[in-house]
Amino acid sequence: MNIAAWFFYLFSAMMIGAAFMVISARNPVHSVLFLILAFFNAAGLFLLLGAEFLAMILVVVYVGAVAVLFLFVVMMLDVDFTELKQSFLQYLPAGGIIGLVVLIEIAFVVGAWTIGPVTIANVTTPMPPGMTNTMALGRVLYTQYVYLFQAAGLILLTAMIGAIVLTLRHKAGVKRQNVAIQNARTPAEAVEVRKVASRQGI
Amino acid sequence: MTPLPLALAHCLPELILAAGVLVLVLLGAIRGRESDGPVTEIAAGLLGGAIVVILLGGKTNAIVFDGAFINDGFGRFMKVLTLAGSLVTLVMSRDFLAAEKIDKFEFPILILLSTLGMLMLISAAGLIALYLGLELMSLALYVLAAFHRDNIRASEAGLKYFVLGALSSGMLLYGASLLYGFAGTVSFAGIAETINGKASLGVVFGLVFLMVGLAFKMSAVPFHMWTPDVYEGAPTPVTAFFITAVKMAAVAITLRVILTAFPGITAQWRQIVIFLSILSMVLGAFAAIGQANIKRLMAYSTIGHVGFALVGLAAGGETGVASVLAYMAIYLVMTLGTFAGILSMRVSGEGVENISDLSGLARTDGVMAFFFATMMFSLAGIPPLAGFFAKWYVFNAAIQARLYALAVIGVLSSAVAAFYYLRIVKIMYFDEPAPAFDRPALAPRIVLAGSGIIVVFLFAYPGLFIDATTAAAKSLF
Repeated sequence: MNIAAWFFYLFSAMMIGAAFMVISARNPVHSVLFLILAFFNAAGLFLLLGAEFLAMILVVVYVGAVAVLFLFVVMMLDVDFTELKQSFLQYLPAGGIIGLVVLIEIAFVVGAWTIGPVTIANVTTPMPPGMTNTMALGRVLYTQYVYLFQAAGLILLTAMIGAIVLTLRHKAGVKRQNVAIQNARTPAEAVEVRKVASRQGI
Repeated sequence: MTPLPLALAHCLPELILAAGVLVLVLLGAIRGRESDGPVTEIAAGLLGGAIVVILLGGKTNAIVFDGAFINDGFGRFMKVLTLAGSLVTLVMSRDFLAAEKIDKFEFPILILLSTLGMLMLISAAGLIALYLGLELMSLALYVLAAFHRDNIRASEAGLKYFVLGALSSGMLLYGASLLYGFAGTVSFAGIAETINGKASLGVVFGLVFLMVGLAFKMSAVPFHMWTPDVYEGAPTPVTAFFITAVKMAAVAITLRVILTAFPGITAQWRQIVIFLSILSMVLGAFAAIGQANIKRLMAYSTIGHVGFALVGLAAGGETGVASVLAYMAIYLVMTLGTFAGILSMRVSGEGVENISDLSGLARTDGVMAFFFATMMFSLAGIPPLAGFFAKWYVFNAAIQARLYALAVIGVLSSAVAAFYYLRIVKIMYFDEPAPAFDRPALAPRIVLAGSGIIVVFLFAYPGLFIDATTAAAKSLF
């Protein structure tokens, strides 16, 4: 076995182990940390496949943003996880059977799968030789796929507007900072000189 | 690759909306006030401008942006319908929103964003463009459904729509990934070429999941469960938007996907479409009978009408597609008129939604009762109103395609559905009067009267309209 295969088994085993710990750990914070470990191992698997851009994105987006968000939610919301887990054993038989059925179905589909005869020739954007896949993506993202890229941007704009519409409430009497007024203040109006009589105060 | 300026010329309507939205967001934020101000007028102007650009613009067909965007006669026809639906809904909604005190400037902006998503959806020539258009449309719709955020029913509608919509998007993506895995390309033409008449397991799997996602957006049975709750809970103008513009876009993309990506495996998709169609027609006819809320009734009615439109798709071919286009155009006019009537249902400043509130309308407001009754007769498909011709086209197409059983089931469920439409007419004309409605605002009255006139006199000039649908249908083949 070469070294890549060793690493494949290392990453896969650690990922499965971490994924199992996500659902079995008692402390929800530990669950999230195991989730992060699972993401890192998945990123390692992507690296082995030569998809270093996906590996980076997985670390940046899932570990950097999503998992940290989870951690915030777990820490801030007082969810009683032991209560949630009490019915775990109760649902295990039914859930296990459904999982098994899905597994068998996937096996059937994979077994009967045929790739179209012209599929490989069809691939629209083959990897240019002698180029990392980050560079290759960068070359098409803003040229060939500019329409889709802009559409994705509009979707994000919609999400932002939607979040503001549904949650922002203007409260009356909130004091806001007005930089222009602050900067326009002169010592004459900001500082007052008073004669203070001895032993009396203001 | 097409040079950029040429590609942009093909998506000029989308560009107008996209650039306009960005300016309006800035304008609304700078004005900083809650009320919508001139934003609604500008938004209506943008929608109208997009219609004018499509009608007067070039009639050349092209696929641009590297196979992501297609500009053809079919797309232009459906885009005009969608834009008209959005425009009329936006104009009608003004007074309703002001009365409910939810006339924020984000409303027209979300309508514009959603309409932009629909245009991109109609013009999608590949799976990625389809998904992005669908998400842009849906994301804005989820927010619109919950736009009346202090109203618990609207919030429930928004949340329900969001959760189930996300589920359906997941199904659609799964189907899309299977198709991509099979074909190695995301463009519809490329998929059709790869399939080449042989329905392998992976393709059928992908087709089924893709159809589930699309049927959900069309609210075809058995993926309709969200429809009555969402349509009832959402603010009435938003419901009108769901039933008019959204329906146009969803039906258009279903036609385009099926006919351009799967032309070789007609037998496989036809049975799915027939299944959806029969269930939708029957459920739409029977479930609406017991409804007391007019918006809920219209929700079941729209489920039934999607079933009728799918009859035309099941027939396939140019005749079938032309019949669906005609059906959708007439349906748009009928529902806009109906919702203009529903928006006018206000008693001493409060909106009412029950069918019993329409009691004796003929005696309190004879003109509105007349036009509303016309809409109901037309939705039921009574000749010589436009709704009859819509149904006649699709059933005719089904018979030409030798789908006799489907046509018979369609006619029978249409007869059952006529019961609840006529019941509304009976309530308006023969029951004791309920409290009279407030004097309706100008826009809904004009829309109701205008669509009433179109519905009544369409039979006089069907030729004009048939030419347009036939020409549009040709471009799909």
